[in-house]
Amino acid sequence: MGIVLNIQDLTVTYKTRRGTACGVNNVSLELEENRTLGLAGESGCGKSTLGRAIMRLVPYPGRIVNGSIILDIDRDIEYQGGFIGKGPKDLMEFSENEMRALRGEEMAYIFQDPMTSLNPMKTIGSHFVELVKAHYPTMEKAEAIERAKEILENLGILPERVDDYPHQFSGGMRQRVMIGLGLALRPRLLIADEPTTSLDVIVEAQILQQMAQLKEKFNLTMMLITHNLGVLAQTADSIAIMYAGRIVEVADTGALFERPQHPYTKALLESVPDVTKPEKTLCCIPGSPPDLIQPISGCPYGPRCAQMKDTCRRIEPLLVRSSTGGLVACNQYTGD
Amino acid sequence: MTLRSYVVSRLLLTIPMIMLLVTLVFIILRIVPGDPASLHFEKHVDPVVLAAFRHEFGLDLPIWEQYVNYLASLFRLDLGVSMGSSRTPIVYAIVTRFPATLELAIYSMLFAVLFGIALGIKSSKKYGSATDTSIRLFGIITYAIPVFFLGSVLQIIFAVWLHWVPSGGRFENAFLAYQPPTITGLYTIDSLLTGNLFAFVVSLKCLILPSVTLGTVLCGIFVRLTRTNMLETLRMDFVVAAEARGLPENVVTMSYAFKNAFLPILTMIGLQFAALLAGAVLTETTFNWQGLGTFLVDSINSRDYTAVQGIVVFFGVLVTLVSLVVDLFYAYLDPRIRL
Repeated sequence: MGIVLNIQDLTVTYKTRRGTACGVNNVSLELEENRTLGLAGESGCGKSTLGRAIMRLVPYPGRIVNGSIILDIDRDIEYQGGFIGKGPKDLMEFSENEMRALRGEEMAYIFQDPMTSLNPMKTIGSHFVELVKAHYPTMEKAEAIERAKEILENLGILPERVDDYPHQFSGGMRQRVMIGLGLALRPRLLIADEPTTSLDVIVEAQILQQMAQLKEKFNLTMMLITHNLGVLAQTADSIAIMYAGRIVEVADTGALFERPQHPYTKALLESVPDVTKPEKTLCCIPGSPPDLIQPISGCPYGPRCAQMKDTCRRIEPLLVRSSTGGLVACNQYTGD
Repeated sequence: MTLRSYVVSRLLLTIPMIMLLVTLVFIILRIVPGDPASLHFEKHVDPVVLAAFRHEFGLDLPIWEQYVNYLASLFRLDLGVSMGSSRTPIVYAIVTRFPATLELAIYSMLFAVLFGIALGIKSSKKYGSATDTSIRLFGIITYAIPVFFLGSVLQIIFAVWLHWVPSGGRFENAFLAYQPPTITGLYTIDSLLTGNLFAFVVSLKCLILPSVTLGTVLCGIFVRLTRTNMLETLRMDFVVAAEARGLPENVVTMSYAFKNAFLPILTMIGLQFAALLAGAVLTETTFNWQGLGTFLVDSINSRDYTAVQGIVVFFGVLVTLVSLVVDLFYAYLDPRIRL
């Protein structure tokens, strides 16, 4: 199976008044074709920054300082003033114009809050028209509208609603529109940043199901960013757990839930309530994540870890192959 | 509510507003020391003449009676005549002088808005850079600079030293024969309407200095307002989402970020335009611009009660009309507001 996205040693820093915070720290990750990788972790662990970094859209004052993002482009892309041939390319070497040609066409991003992701001053239809015009300037407006109607209909929205404004849609419908916009030009890679967090559970289930169907239909490779492990259990093929800007464990979904390796992953799973075992007390992880501005010596999870040893204070663990076939960054597996 | 009933109700609302305004002005004028009759004549005038003047304008009546009489004439849409020796009807004074003020206001506003918004957008796009800092500094300096000072400096440079433009007036005296006939009273428009291109150029040259002066002072507000609002909308999800779809930079900036940042700017344009109409006095004085502002100041100095009251009523109506137009624009621009 082909590798669609290969991230190597990616580091993103935010310059703040207090100092430089390392939002994403030396992350390497692979996304296989037509698979969904779940990216999980608590707030501030850098999962959204990683997602935005792949699009080369890290918000100010963040900056990608190191690493490569190699995307396997599956088509020749022509754009105003240039041409990008297919094949694996390092996005870090692309100009802003080349990135604009790729965004929306080859890679799409869906945001957390559908209520604020659409321009309130524009109709749904003109969102589609602008997208199409940006990538295919020669296409007629009428044709773009026809395509928009078709996409909306596929997503269960009445096609005549193309002329409506975002405020006339509900949250779930708006997220469907966002998905439609994301997939309109048949991208290869879809990054969904907590796409269902702000929706109620019923709509969440519908949207997740729809995304799974679309993934099969369009042969999509997906990265699903969330803090909801339950969502990942249903949708992800494999899961990467992030902590303090680092990947601490990567494993196939089944393996991760059955035999978590990293103490942090174990603690995260312990803190998910289980209806079948009401007598079990819910556990929580003591302490809070480290300050990303202060330099961390040793294991970043160390101070909160129940199995901390002396070496954890000194040595930062590297990702190594675990017994379940995944990757884990913990000193108890590297010690010997 | 339909659009028509909204407009009608807003217009009807102006009536009590104007009443209140008139009452305030009426009271203030009579509290302020100084008497129109004695200011009108030279010193040591015959008391009989003074009494005759007071009788002519009803100033010898009790105050409440003066007030009732004034309101009554106002309801007949009669603004009265000026207390000056010419006894000019106030309506005539407004009709002849207001176009000058309006023309100056339009051109300075145009300059301030275009220049201010362009700089504000540039500044927000270059947030945190040296460009941003210099534009912000420019905004603060121009906002703080007195209009008569900037006006005089520009006059010295461009009129006295370089002779590029006249130093004041609405039309150059040497070309008075070419002055366009009064249609709207706005020289640039009248000369275009009559196809008189030469007169258009002459009146435009006269307009440049005063409108650039006033426009520069005014543009500071728009620079700051545009920058602040743009910084806010540029961070918004829908702008980032547009970036993530690969839309061209100018589309993201203009039709995503700026289109949403524009509404508060529109409000400010309305407010400032109303203030400009009444408050361009200093510019009018600096550039010898015979507008309504100078007329108002002269009338206040001579305690010309009827003139001051008349002009205030006129400005009051104007301000409400401008704010109504702004509201209608709002509804037109923002699909979430439908009247």
